[in-house]
Amino acid sequence: MSVGWVAVLLVAVGGAAGGMARLAASRLLARWLGTRFPWGTLVVNLSGALLAGWVAGRLGVPQGLDLSSAWLGLMIGVLGGYTTVSSLSLQTLALWQSGRTPAALVNVGATCLAGLALAWLGWWLAGGAP
Amino acid sequence: MSGWRDYAAVGLGSALGSVLRYLVSVSSLAALGPAFPWGTLVVNLLGSWLIAAFAAYAACRQGGRVARWQPFLVAGFCGGFTTFSLFSLETLYLMAIGLPWLALLYGLASVPLWLAAAWLGDRMVRARLAPGRPR
Repeated sequence: MSVGWVAVLLVAVGGAAGGMARLAASRLLARWLGTRFPWGTLVVNLSGALLAGWVAGRLGVPQGLDLSSAWLGLMIGVLGGYTTVSSLSLQTLALWQSGRTPAALVNVGATCLAGLALAWLGWWLAGGAP
Repeated sequence: MSGWRDYAAVGLGSALGSVLRYLVSVSSLAALGPAFPWGTLVVNLLGSWLIAAFAAYAACRQGGRVARWQPFLVAGFCGGFTTFSLFSLETLYLMAIGLPWLALLYGLASVPLWLAAAWLGDRMVRARLAPGRPR
């Protein structure tokens, strides 16, 4: 098991760009649609799943630890940093704790079902249907 | 609250979280093999616990260090450490290689575990910092 410095650098730069893009997107959506529902995280995760499917279709899924620079930077760095499960969990918990159980269920259910469908769509659009 | 400082804090935190996620997944591949995406499951569980713990801490100690570092810790580190795109990709991939039951197990087990981890993080911090005031 060896991790090269170039790989770490690619993931770090990609992860920084992805995280900042997530902040920009969630602020923009909060301004447009308000903060009663976590639209930002939903849109970020759905668009990230679509893009991840597309990138996987384009690059091909690597086997084992032999990862290309494009996969390290784009998939693990940018898209991995752009999407988030922690905010999804926290916001779902907050909706539930404030008595909005249906909204909590819709949030987590829509993210997962639409996320899988969009990842599949992205993969199919890239011509490498899983 | 707005402006380049938040972007710098989130970018830095997300870079750190992403590198740590990569190291966890490399270690789990080396230790446990590629049969199941343990690495992603572990980072998403730890990250969900941590974000709820940070949020509860900041709520109990307003103006404290955790509250001031929130963009770096929450949107930055926890956001970059956890990943939804790789989760959905791995679930699809398990289906694609003819393991639909494993894909279903991964998908269906992950979601309640993420939420339970966040709930536990919230509970543990509140029990320590604000005993007798459960939410």
